[in-house]
Amino acid sequence: MDIKILGSGCAKCAKLESLTRAATADLGIAAEFEKVTDPAEIASWGVMATPALVVDDEVVLSGRVPSPDDVRQLLAAR
Amino acid sequence: MSSSTMTPASSPVSAALRRWGPVAAAAALWWFLYSINRPFWDWLLFDVIGLDPLSRLGESIHFFFYDVTKITLLLTGIIFSVTVLRSFMSVERTRALLGGRREGAGNAAAAGLGVVTPFCSCSAVPAFIGFVAAGVPLGVTMSFLIASPMVNEVAIVMLYGLFGWQITALYIGTGLVIATLAGWVIGRMSLERWVEPFVFETKLRGKVIDPSMQLSWDDRLAMGREEVSTILRKIWPYLLVGIGVGAVIHGWVPEAWFAEHAVGPLGVPIAVGIGVPLYSNAAGVMPLVEALHDKGMPMGTVLAFMMSVVALSLPEMILLRRVLQPKLIATFIAVVASGIIATGYLFNAII
Repeated sequence: MDIKILGSGCAKCAKLESLTRAATADLGIAAEFEKVTDPAEIASWGVMATPALVVDDEVVLSGRVPSPDDVRQLLAAR
Repeated sequence: MSSSTMTPASSPVSAALRRWGPVAAAAALWWFLYSINRPFWDWLLFDVIGLDPLSRLGESIHFFFYDVTKITLLLTGIIFSVTVLRSFMSVERTRALLGGRREGAGNAAAAGLGVVTPFCSCSAVPAFIGFVAAGVPLGVTMSFLIASPMVNEVAIVMLYGLFGWQITALYIGTGLVIATLAGWVIGRMSLERWVEPFVFETKLRGKVIDPSMQLSWDDRLAMGREEVSTILRKIWPYLLVGIGVGAVIHGWVPEAWFAEHAVGPLGVPIAVGIGVPLYSNAAGVMPLVEALHDKGMPMGTVLAFMMSVVALSLPEMILLRRVLQPKLIATFIAVVASGIIATGYLFNAII
C-alpha cells in the first residue's frame, strides 16, 4: 500500500502520520509512507485543506485529523 | 464511539442521550459558572481575603481573576459552537460556490464565506492554488484570504468580552467591507502577472474530497472539543500576560500619560504599524488595548489595531511568497493596511 501524508509540516500533519502508521501496524498492512510538503504538489491533488491522506493515489481524507477508528476503517476498506 | 463498545440493545433514544446529555450538562455548567463569575470573585477577594475594592491593588487583582475567567469561558463556549457549526462547511464547498461568480458580488460572497468556512492559514497556499487554478478570480480569492483571519472566533470573543456586542458587530461589519473592497481593488489592478506562473498551470487531478461530508454528529462534537483544547493550549500564556499587564495599566498608569502619547493624529497608523508584525496574539493584545482604551485611546484606533494584528500576519505572507511575487505581497499588504487605517480614522471621527 502506498500512503502519502499531505501537509506543510504542521502539528496536525505529524499527528495524522502517527495515527496512520499505528493503523497500518494494527491491521498488519505493509505500507510505504511518503510525506508531501510542497504546496504546489498538495494543491495538484485537489486538496485545499491540510492535513490530507492519499492512499494508492487516491485522496481519502482531507482537512482534519481523524479518529484512530476512522483511519483503520479507511485503510481496511482499500 | 467505536462500534465494539456499542451494546446491541442500545436504542436510538439512548444513543441520542449519550451524545447530547454531556453537551447539555456542559452548557448548564457553563451558564452557571458564567453567571457566578463576578459574585464569586467579589466574595473571595473582598469578603474572604479582605482586599479593598476601592484600592488600586484590590481593583487590579479583581480585574485579573474576573477577566481571565470570563474570557476563558467565552472562548470555550464560542469556539466549540463555531467549530461544530463550521463543520458543515468546507473550503471545497466554498470554492464551488465561488466558481461562477464575477468580481464585485463575488468579492462580497468570498468575504462572507471566509468567515463561515473552517480554514487555517497554514493551508493558505494549497487553497490559493486550488481557487485560482479552478478559475476563481484573483481578487475574489484575496477577499476570502483577508476575511478568513480578520473575522475569526478568537478576535470576536475578545472584542465581545471586553467591549460588548455593539463594537463586535461593528468590527465584523467593517471587516467584511474591508475584505470585499481590498479584494475588489486587487482584482481591478489585474495583478495576475505577479502570481507565480506555475499556479495557473497546475492541473487538478483526482476527485475532490469534501471534508464536511461523511461526518457524524459525534465527529462534529469531537472536533469542537479538540479545537477548544488546541486553541486554549496555544493562547493561555498570552491571555494571562495580556490580562495581567492590562490589570496593572488599569490600576497604575495615569490617564494623562496615555492621552498624551496615543491619541494624536498619528495614533492610527502607529497602531497599525505595531499591529501588523504581531501575530496570533489577539488574546494577549486585546486586554492591553482595552486597558489603553479605558485610559483614553479612541475606539477607531482600537479597532484598527485589532484588525492589523489578526488580518496581516508575517508567517502567512512568508507562506504566500511561494505563489505570489513580492510586488503582489507588498500591494496586498498596502491595500489592506490602507483600508484598516481609513477605518480607524473614520471611526475616530464618528464615534
